[in-house]
Amino acid sequence: MRHIISILLENESGALSRVAGLFSARGYNIESLSVAPTDDPTLARMTLVTHGTDEIIEQITKQLNKLIEVVKLIDLTEGAHIEREMMLIKVDAGARDTREEVKRLVDIFRGRVLDVSGKTYTIEITGSGQKLDAFIGVLNKKQIIEVVRSGVTGIARGEKALTI
Amino acid sequence: MVLTGAEILIQSLKKEGVEYLFGYPGGAVLHIYDCLDQQDDIRHILVRHEQGATHAADGYARATGKPGCVLVTSGPGATNAVTGIATAYMDSVPMVVITGQVPTPLIGNDAFQEVDSVGITRPCVKHNFLVKSVDELAGTIKRAFYLASSGRPGPVVIDIPKDVTAHKAEFKYPSKIDIRSYKPVTRGHPGQIKKAVKLLLSAERPMIYTGGGVIWSNAAKLLTELAGILGYPVTNTLMGLGGYPATDRQFVGMLGMHGTYEANMGMHQSDVLLAVGARFDDRVTGNIEKFCPDARIIHIDIDPSSISKNVKVDIPIVGSISDVLAEMIRVLKETKRKPKDAELKVWWQQIEEWRAMDCLKYDRETTQVIKPQYVVEELYNVTEGDAIITSDVGQHQMWAAQYYKFDRPYQWINSGGLGTMGFGMPAAMGAQFAYPQQTVACITGEGSIQMCIQELSTCLQYSLPLKIVSLNNGYLGMVRQWQEFFYQGRYAMSYMESLPDFVKLAESYGHIGMRIENKADVVPAMQEAMQQKDRLVFMDFMTDPEENVYPMIPAGGGQNEMILV
Repeated sequence: MRHIISILLENESGALSRVAGLFSARGYNIESLSVAPTDDPTLARMTLVTHGTDEIIEQITKQLNKLIEVVKLIDLTEGAHIEREMMLIKVDAGARDTREEVKRLVDIFRGRVLDVSGKTYTIEITGSGQKLDAFIGVLNKKQIIEVVRSGVTGIARGEKALTI
Repeated sequence: MVLTGAEILIQSLKKEGVEYLFGYPGGAVLHIYDCLDQQDDIRHILVRHEQGATHAADGYARATGKPGCVLVTSGPGATNAVTGIATAYMDSVPMVVITGQVPTPLIGNDAFQEVDSVGITRPCVKHNFLVKSVDELAGTIKRAFYLASSGRPGPVVIDIPKDVTAHKAEFKYPSKIDIRSYKPVTRGHPGQIKKAVKLLLSAERPMIYTGGGVIWSNAAKLLTELAGILGYPVTNTLMGLGGYPATDRQFVGMLGMHGTYEANMGMHQSDVLLAVGARFDDRVTGNIEKFCPDARIIHIDIDPSSISKNVKVDIPIVGSISDVLAEMIRVLKETKRKPKDAELKVWWQQIEEWRAMDCLKYDRETTQVIKPQYVVEELYNVTEGDAIITSDVGQHQMWAAQYYKFDRPYQWINSGGLGTMGFGMPAAMGAQFAYPQQTVACITGEGSIQMCIQELSTCLQYSLPLKIVSLNNGYLGMVRQWQEFFYQGRYAMSYMESLPDFVKLAESYGHIGMRIENKADVVPAMQEAMQQKDRLVFMDFMTDPEENVYPMIPAGGGQNEMILV
């Protein structure tokens, strides 16, 4: 099963490599990883997407908790949550008809065109991973020049929060 | 008080009560060595190789329960220490390793003797630090010792750049410590403990299976008390030996790959299993699919990640072993329920039947060869079971575990998890420093001993009267045994050709060497060696070359599928 693990960790150099090292050393997979400091500059928030059986996920969370720099974590997929990922995608929009078609698709997906050149559009799309996949799916493969995805971030719904 | 980083380091180590610092000097740690030289409280022990320093500190820690301390230089000093750090990590040994580093402006420049020590040691430490400023130094040392010795213990590395040891700062050693991201649990959950006691008292075929956690938690007495109240059989892992007195009738021996018949059969047929500070290692469980098929399992451990890692358990209890056992004993004494005497009687009859198989029998009558088991048994007799025993890794390690009966914790010192050859002698040095009056014997083989043989020189320098018991069979015995069993006797590279003359070798290092070739000479040689109170004696026993360790659970086998002699 796919799990989204949200981690608060000390914002120190080396903390990220401990997490990444744990996954490679124990043979767990990382589908995506995003990390940045929080409003408290001493803390970083990491969102990690991984796959595994319940037993493996239990070990992953225990092993993560064992890292000294991990302050707290939750498995977002255990409850109602919101998941968002941002994608920047540069597409070929040289011909007039494709230009209009791409613009329509961007509107349908509630995306934004951030940059325009004579031959390209650079588009921002935000949503679940599936939505981003779907957008890529509707484009003509040859049109796509470059794709940048932020990796998943997430937060629990309602009053539940991951804070110290 | 304004001090240099090197002075702060030494003062901080004193505050932590460090008696011995095992190390080797080099460019990056010269400021520290200069300071060490100007004080008398901490004794620096000069080893001959950094691996020896880490094993010696490890042996000190395993003999005392206190953290061992190491000081090495940057680059090769740090990489040489890695094997010893990984050894300590696998066996949860509290240790603080200080590695020198190139000056901060040079870090990342591929400077002379530069290596990313924090990166290299990251997967085999409990935690590690790079100290970037002298202002952080004292606090980091405080944290390192706290982390190393609390919770599930383990090695901590502090990497200190040379310029940090020269810079000055106000020295104030923190008296308290609070790490918001590290709060090890000590007390077990009362509800879980009650449930566990209830389950224990319902047992008809119980087993108590205990590991190194009992030793590290200083809970051997409590374990003995608990087992006494219940009257249940107790088995120890390789790391747990000494956690329960081996000469007690309730003790059924070590379990696992080379465990006793009664311990493994008892585990396999148990209906309730109490696992205490043990981690269901693959050498213990054998084939996990066949492990304890009928047992409901209670598992006490301070490390939540050890619970249900390999074997799913029914009642997990996270907490320090001593706290949880004390609470269990309290609950047991309060409850009116008693163990099921009638069923236990039948269970003990079964266990005694297994025990009567005498799975550790060997040819005791032969006078043709020296049986290695005989050497260990006689060592037990000659030392009256009281010596601190260290071992290297291989057949001799298993024979030491099987035939020397350990009655107290901190008496048996070996590399169980990592299986590090070369561990035994330097570990014995550490134990001997901790207990100068005790007999410390290292049971080893002609293969293992050569991996850290250079430490014979350290032993001379510090007059360490170790007793080295080498079971010399001319083979890498455990490798040969597996090749005999599973590779049709093709002995690829397991034969130790061109062995040195160990007697002359010992003598050239200034010690006493003995070669023992006849069975009749075994005991007299040991007695003579033990009389040499202030000399190291290297006893080279020429043992039966093709003796095997029995019983044995072959890889992939269940606990009830032992190869017996």
